[in-house]
This record gives sequence, structure tokens and C-alpha cells, in this order.
Amino acid sequence: MSGRRVVITGMEVLAPGGVGVKNFWELLSEGRTATRRITFFDPSPFRSRVAAEIDFDPEMHGLRPQEVRRMDRAAQFAVVAARGAVADSGIELDSYDPFRVGVTIGSAVGATTGLDQEYRIVSDGGRLELVDHEYAVPHLYEYLVPSSFTAEVARTVGARGPSTVVSTGCTSGLDSVGHAVELIREGSVDVMIAGATDAPISPITMACFDAIKATTPRHDEPERASRPFDGTRNGFVLGEGAAVFVLEELESAAARGAHVYAEIAGYATRSNAYHMTGLRPDGAEMAEAIRVALDEARMPGDQIDYINAHGSGTKQNDRHETAAFKRSLGDHAYRTPVSSIKSMVGHSLGAIGAIEIAASALAMENNTVPPTANLHTPDPECDLDYVPLEARDQLTDAVLTVGSGFGGFQSAMVLARPDRRVA
Amino acid sequence: MSASAVVTGLGVAAPNGLGTDEYWKATLVGRSGIGPITRFEPSSYPARLAGEIPGFVAQEHIPGRLIPQTDRMTQLALAAADWALRDAGVEPGELPAFDMGVVTASSSGGFEFGQGELRKLWSQGSEYVSAYQSFAWFYAVNSGQISIRNGMKGPSGVVVSDQAGGLDALAQARRQIRKGTPLVVSGGVDASICTWGWVAQLAGGRLSTSDDPARAYVPFDAEARGHVPGEGGAILIVEDGAAARRRGARVYGEIAGYAATFDAGPETGREPGLGKAIELALADAGARPSDIDVVFADAAAVPELDRAEAAAINAVFGPRGVPVTAPKTMTGRLYSGAAALDVATALLAVQDGVIPPTSNVEPAADHDLDLVTGEPRRLPVRSALVLARGHGGFNSALVVRAV
Amino acid sequence: MSPFTLVDLKRILLEGAGADEGVDLDGEILDMEFVELGYESLALLETSSRIEREYDISLDESAMADVTTPRALIDLVNSHLAAAA
Repeated sequence: MSGRRVVITGMEVLAPGGVGVKNFWELLSEGRTATRRITFFDPSPFRSRVAAEIDFDPEMHGLRPQEVRRMDRAAQFAVVAARGAVADSGIELDSYDPFRVGVTIGSAVGATTGLDQEYRIVSDGGRLELVDHEYAVPHLYEYLVPSSFTAEVARTVGARGPSTVVSTGCTSGLDSVGHAVELIREGSVDVMIAGATDAPISPITMACFDAIKATTPRHDEPERASRPFDGTRNGFVLGEGAAVFVLEELESAAARGAHVYAEIAGYATRSNAYHMTGLRPDGAEMAEAIRVALDEARMPGDQIDYINAHGSGTKQNDRHETAAFKRSLGDHAYRTPVSSIKSMVGHSLGAIGAIEIAASALAMENNTVPPTANLHTPDPECDLDYVPLEARDQLTDAVLTVGSGFGGFQSAMVLARPDRRVA
Repeated sequence: MSASAVVTGLGVAAPNGLGTDEYWKATLVGRSGIGPITRFEPSSYPARLAGEIPGFVAQEHIPGRLIPQTDRMTQLALAAADWALRDAGVEPGELPAFDMGVVTASSSGGFEFGQGELRKLWSQGSEYVSAYQSFAWFYAVNSGQISIRNGMKGPSGVVVSDQAGGLDALAQARRQIRKGTPLVVSGGVDASICTWGWVAQLAGGRLSTSDDPARAYVPFDAEARGHVPGEGGAILIVEDGAAARRRGARVYGEIAGYAATFDAGPETGREPGLGKAIELALADAGARPSDIDVVFADAAAVPELDRAEAAAINAVFGPRGVPVTAPKTMTGRLYSGAAALDVATALLAVQDGVIPPTSNVEPAADHDLDLVTGEPRRLPVRSALVLARGHGGFNSALVVRAV
Repeated sequence: MSPFTLVDLKRILLEGAGADEGVDLDGEILDMEFVELGYESLALLETSSRIEREYDISLDESAMADVTTPRALIDLVNSHLAAAA
């Protein structure tokens, strides 16, 4: 079944400042930012006080009160995005063998927000070591084990095939979709509902990133806080959101006349085996992931028209991946526009990889490269074309999107127009 | 033809035995690791028994620098990975780094570590939260730490599907072998016997509230009343069959077949998907039901789940058509570690030609299962089927086979 | 307030970051690089945050970024303690 090619035929995005594909793309193509001073709780005790929050009303998105009660915010995002993606694809899932429809949802931190809130209650504000089960909510187990996210999605779409949560830190989104692609290619399933979600904006998350100074302390200008590739960057801005796709085999998508956003032509993941949070400046392992993903796509590197970067805005990350692009693409790296949408929607940990796949597909759909917002000051170590401030119209037939995560995970995915010439 | 994926090394950390030999000896004589919780004072909780691993001193097994930054489940996983590599005769430093990957299952991450930091956050303030919290709790920690400690740069991953995850991880390891990575460290190790993890597990509604270690976790028994949680699991070294043969490795067996399904919600009235997973896994292995010598059951010990599992097994094999066992009655349910340990146990059964018993269970006649109880049953075991189910509807089935 | 010493630093390092088996913390370590002692950036972040909490000081981030040896860290802590006194 190695000949099976996998395409995206439906998608839905919930991103800060851009709930829904149309709003999301408007935000990106206009170069607007959705970062702001945190409103979910009082951020004043924290070193970093900005985030990219979604103004999300679950009931407005069709979730019933009981669904809202039992699901962590991240699960709510995933369910809303999955329903939207299925609707967008026009696929009639009832007409498929349900055992050949699977679900993968990526998440780096699961129900951290729900767990943070519930811990506070059962421990009576951290006073009790022997936390009190009498105060536990009935769905606490679903928070404990985030496979509940995938269970919710599978039930809502009626999928009964292989289903799991993929949790590889900040590459979860890419790895979740990559895993789904592998399942279709190997012939285990015909359709996958695949994507990622995270809703980590909570005191415990802010505190854990404060402790390693990974998030930016720049809170005087929240809308300008996320500065990937800029010489003044000093950390990422936490975000939240989800993106879910309908993936199917190219021929069957064509047979039902589905709109095809893009083919997922290649994917690979590698590990740096170096450090849980640190990156070696040479980018060798990300470069290897890129090389293998291109190889799988049977595409020479110089056919890449746009690189959707991880671009978190930490000192080490942006230097690391700049090196990885040069190492894998050679001189073509200098000729290729590179941008980070985290400058606009922040870094939603496990979700962002999927949101960036959506951005990559939309860049092809619209022949427009989204910009890197807030990029004013060059950094000699980041010397590629990062598309500062304004989107750029250009023919875009193939996109490379990458991710890098705690634990050392480095992932790369190649999206392309399915009607391109395959070598 | 796809490359075969074989298991060449086992590393076991179980409540009834630390290390493969100790575990296997205990399991064959029916010695249980279930007892009253010692890790915290359990008297105020409705469930008070667990399968704790006694005598694991992290300092004896892993580098001192890693101890402050790791949860107990990661310490156990790092030790088990070391043992598995040694058992396989693999020196990671001697192999190309990109030729080795790590794929583990997780269910709740380093939850006890997380509890400690949540407590500091809410009782003392955010500046008290550890620099290690960002990764000591998260689900990817075991794959990441094993990869770093052993210099493994190949494709790695982490799956979370509750108790089905151990099989899903091994299936993903096999997938990476087939795609060309010669060696993958896989499996699952879990531990969340802390008060916060306990309260969350209680909320799941499936814990046994019995105080009798011999009667608390009795799947397929008329008195089945929920399970006892445990800690631990197994790490397995999965290799490309041809590569393992070339280096003259001892091979426990092959990961011959696998499938996973998901249950439709109970409100749909549809049958659970476990039976379908069994059928698909057998087909994937190219095996007939009669080829299977033993089934390692999921053994939920919740009456309706036991009934569903017995029905699924009997639909494929016929009533009392195959020996069934659940050695996890001696460890408790280990969440993401459970199925990985069952696969390790199944491979030991293949190696030694003996089916370990299900302890303490008086099989209820209406399940119509040939449950191996009391004494281990000696017979040649060439193929074993391992079943695992995760909370919320996850079903996985995996076939191991002698090579 | 008594000055911050190597004894204090060793105690905090051990609590917060453990010790590499190949390193003798009781040897002549004052001018060794933290990296040689097995402590990378994360260990230093944890260590500095423990020092800040215990001694109720706030170490200057850019000065801390330049610290590579126990002696430099001890001097930095003592300068903050003196300023706070």
C-alpha cells in the first residue's frame, strides 16, 4: 500500500484572534497579533504576563452544557475543531466502515488547566498533602489521562478505528498528523480525523516556564511580545488552540470530488538525544528530519517554496532552526521565505504544529506567505528571509513545516500540491 | 514483504519483582505484589490497596544528576531501559545514533512530581515551582529521557491511550522498524501512587474498595469488584528481525500482528470493539484462532467489562476454546505499563513453554473461559494474544509469536 | 548576615540538581566550570532560584547568565547580600 497518497480534505482551526479558518487566515495574512496581557487569571505574580488567549464560548460552538462540564478546555477545542473539519470536508463518514476511520489528537500537556484548577480545590489551596476525594469532580479521571481527548473526538465523529493521543511535547501536532498519515499509507484505515489541541494558559504552566525563563518577560507591549527571529527576542509567548483535519487517500478523495487543500507528501521525526530543553546550535537532528521528510516526498529541497518555521522566539530555538534550514537545504535556504506564525498566535505547545500545518496549507491555497510579525531588528545569527511584518503574494506549491520540542523531538513535514510532478 | 519486528531484550519493573528474573519467578509461583499502600496514609480513602514496587532505590540505578529532575515513573523507566538493553546485548554507543528510536506509552505523565509542584505553586507561590516541572510531568518524558541517556536520535514517539497504550507503543515501534529503523526501545512504565493520582483514579469509578489483598482484584470472578492500581511496567528492545539475526541476538519472539479499535458510545447499543480488534490482529498476523496458545486478558474486573471481554474471546475461540490468563492479578493494573508487561510475560511464556496463572480468582462459570488459575500450565506456547483496553473505549490486540 | 560560602552552594546544588558520579564536589572546584562539574543551564536555573528563595534576593539575570564557575556564583550572591544588608 506504499503507493497510497494522503491529502487534507477538511480542516478547522481555533487560534487566538482567529477562530475558524477564515478568521485565522485573515489574522495571518494581515499580520495582526493576538497576544495580550493575560485575562484568565491575575498574571501579576509571574515573570511572564502575556499570552495569546482565545475568546471562546463553547456553547456558541455547539457544545451542550454537559459536554462543557465534562471536558477540559483543550478537549472542547478538539471536539469543536473535529466537527468543523468533518463539515468542511463534506465527507459522509456514515458511508465508511467505522473501523477504518481513526482519530489521532496531539497534545503536549493534556488537561493541565483542568488539573491545575481541580488540584487547587481538592488540596484546599495546596494546604492538604492528603488531597480530599470528596471534592473531586466526577470527570477527574478524564483529566488525568488525556486519551479522553481522542475518545471525545472519536465518539463525536463516530470513528471506531485505531485511535490515540500523540504526546511528544511541542512536536505533538506534527507527530499526530504524521502518525495519521502513516496509518492511511499502510492501509490500516481509509480516513483519519487528525490534529492537535492544547489549552495550557494556567498558573502552573506559566510558573513552569517562568522557572526556566523560556517565556518572554516583555509585558509592557503585549501585542509586540512575540518576536521570532528578531534580535531583541527573549522568549516565547504561550498560546492555546487546536486544529483538526480530515485526511484521506488521494484517489478516494478525488472520486468523491472532495476539495483537496494539500497532500502531506513527507513527514519524519528525529531526536537530538541531547537535552530535555536545550538545543545544540548546529540543528543537525532537525536537518536530518527535514532530509528524510523530503526524501519521503521524493522532492528535492529546492522545490520548497516556503518554510513555516517553529520560530518560537527563544534565543536558542531561532538560531537552531536557522542552522537546520541551511544544513538541509543549502543555498536554497537563503532564497526561501521563512516565517513564524507564533509571532501572531503565540506558542500553543502541542497544538501549534497542527495549527502550522493549517497555515501551510492555506499559504498554498492562497498563494500567500504569512509574515513574521514584530520583526524589526535583525539578528546576525538569523540571516534568512523571514518575511517581516507583511504577507507576501507568491506562487506556493510546496511547503516545509517544522517543529522542535522539549524532550529533544525534531519533526518536519512537507505539504505539496497533489498535481505536482513526482520525481 | 515488510521487515519483521522481533523482541530481543526485556526490562521489567513490577510490584512482584524488580528485574525480569525476579518477576518471572514470582509470577510462576503466584506471588502477588498487591498490599496496603505505604507511599501515603490511605485510611481516609475508599480504596487502600496498591501494587507498589518495594525496594527500588533510584540512586542505585540511575545517575544522580537525573534524580531531582525525574518522577518515580521515569526513574523506573530509565532503569528498565538499561536492563532491557543489557538483556539484548546492545551497547547503544556502538550503534549509529539515527538507527535507534524510542516509543513509549504514557497515561498520566510524572503525576507525583506534578503534585509536588502544584502544591508549591498554590501553598508557597509560583517562584517555588521547579525548573524541571515543564518536562518532569509531561507525557513525553520517558521517551525523551531514555533517548537522551542512550544517545538515540532515530524516530521516537509517545502514545496515550490509557491502558491500551502499551500495545499501541509496541505497534508504533514495529511500524518504525518496517520503515527502516533497526532498533526501537519501546513499552511503558507508569506510576502515580500519590494522593492526587489516587483521587483522580477514584473518580474513574473502577477501583476496588476491598481491603483484602487476596480478594480485591479478581477479574472474571463472580465477586469482581473493580481493580487495584499498581506501578511499573516493562521496556522492550524491538529490532529488525534480519538485523537481530545478523548480530546473533537471542530472540524472544516476533511482534506478529496488531490491531486497534474504538468503542461506539454505550448509548449507541453497538457491541464493543474488542472482538473486532482480535479478528484484525489475527488477520494481521496471518494466524488462525487455533494457532493461538494463550490469551493474556485485559481483565478489568468490572463485571460488565469482564463479560464483554469473555464474549469477545469466546466469539473468536469458542467457549473455553483457548487458555486465558491475567498475571496482572499479581501486580494490579499498571495503566500504560500494563500491556507492555503482559507482552514481556507472553514472550517469557513462549520461551519457557509455560502459562503463568491468574491468582486469587475463582472463575465465574458464566464467562465460559478456560482461565489458568492456581498452578502455571506447562505446554508449548508458540503464539500468544495480548489484549488491552483503555478507559473511554480503546481496544488493542497484539500477537507475539516464536520465531 | 553571614556570607554565602561554597558549603552553602554545594548543599543547594545537591538538593536541586544532584551530583554527577564522576565529580568530587569536595575537591578543588571553586574555579572549575559548572559544565565540567556536570551542571548545565537548567541546573543553574534551579540552583539560582533556590538561592533567591532561601536568601530572599533577586539575582540579576544578565549577571547570572555570565556566571560559569562556583566562585563567580558565590561572589554574585555575596554582592547581592551586601547590597540588601
